[in-house]
Amino acid sequence: MGGDHGGAAASLAARVRHVEALLEQRGLVDPLELDRALEAFLARANPDNGARLVARAWVDPGFRARLLLDGNAAIGEVGVSMGGGLQEQRLKVVENTATTHNVVVCTLCSCYPVALLGPSPTWYKSEAYRSRVVRDPRSVLAEFGFALPDAVAITVWDASAETRYLVVPRRPEGTEGLDERALADLVTRDGLIGVAAV
Amino acid sequence: MADLFAPGDRVRATSVDPPHHTRAPRYVRGAVGTVVEREGVFPLADDRARGLPSAPEAVYAVRFAARELFGEGDHDVTVALWESYLRAVS
Repeated sequence: MGGDHGGAAASLAARVRHVEALLEQRGLVDPLELDRALEAFLARANPDNGARLVARAWVDPGFRARLLLDGNAAIGEVGVSMGGGLQEQRLKVVENTATTHNVVVCTLCSCYPVALLGPSPTWYKSEAYRSRVVRDPRSVLAEFGFALPDAVAITVWDASAETRYLVVPRRPEGTEGLDERALADLVTRDGLIGVAAV
Repeated sequence: MADLFAPGDRVRATSVDPPHHTRAPRYVRGAVGTVVEREGVFPLADDRARGLPSAPEAVYAVRFAARELFGEGDHDVTVALWESYLRAVS
């Protein structure tokens, strides 16, 4: 059976609500405290985090090497984490090159590096994207308006277990004069998932 | 428990279709791929979902050729699979 959002996930959500209610009932947490923690997490979690990592990797070869080797350790240098106050998840950063392009999916549900990209887009959770990008990624990328040259090989990463994946796009040509901040502005959420060039 | 596999090893994904939650995607069942890296050690999702005790075990990133998975295509798919889902290929 697959990992759809019914069944086990629904019963887990019910258990979490029950525990939350008990904690509030016994005065152990303020009802607003959890909402505030969640809001703070989501306020910090947006694609700017991923974009800053990519820009740093583009300008600093040492950081780039550390990021590809151990994502969780390296991202602290840019002041972000895979925890964001919640449970820390393992991060694997994969890099696009002249010959290889990476694209990320979760075919079983919707696993996604929320701390670095914020909540996932609706299409990422759609059955169409999840089923088709593993089968025919080149056509799916083309539908995103991204025509990848035939000579570039594609690797699809299926986040089927406990690791979350982030793509480092190739640095666009003609950006040699830009500083790290200006480079970060070029990087999009879709580029970090691998369905856009940058 | 020592890891059963190392990067470069050829492995076959289980062809079992269990009657409970699993994180082995249907499309990799029975397919042969190559271990890319060990991702870490995590409790088996199948056990956790059923509330069973679960000793942490290795999870591997395993790369499959699209042709092996679907009979066509020139790309690769890298899938994160628990050790229990994998069998050695001699």
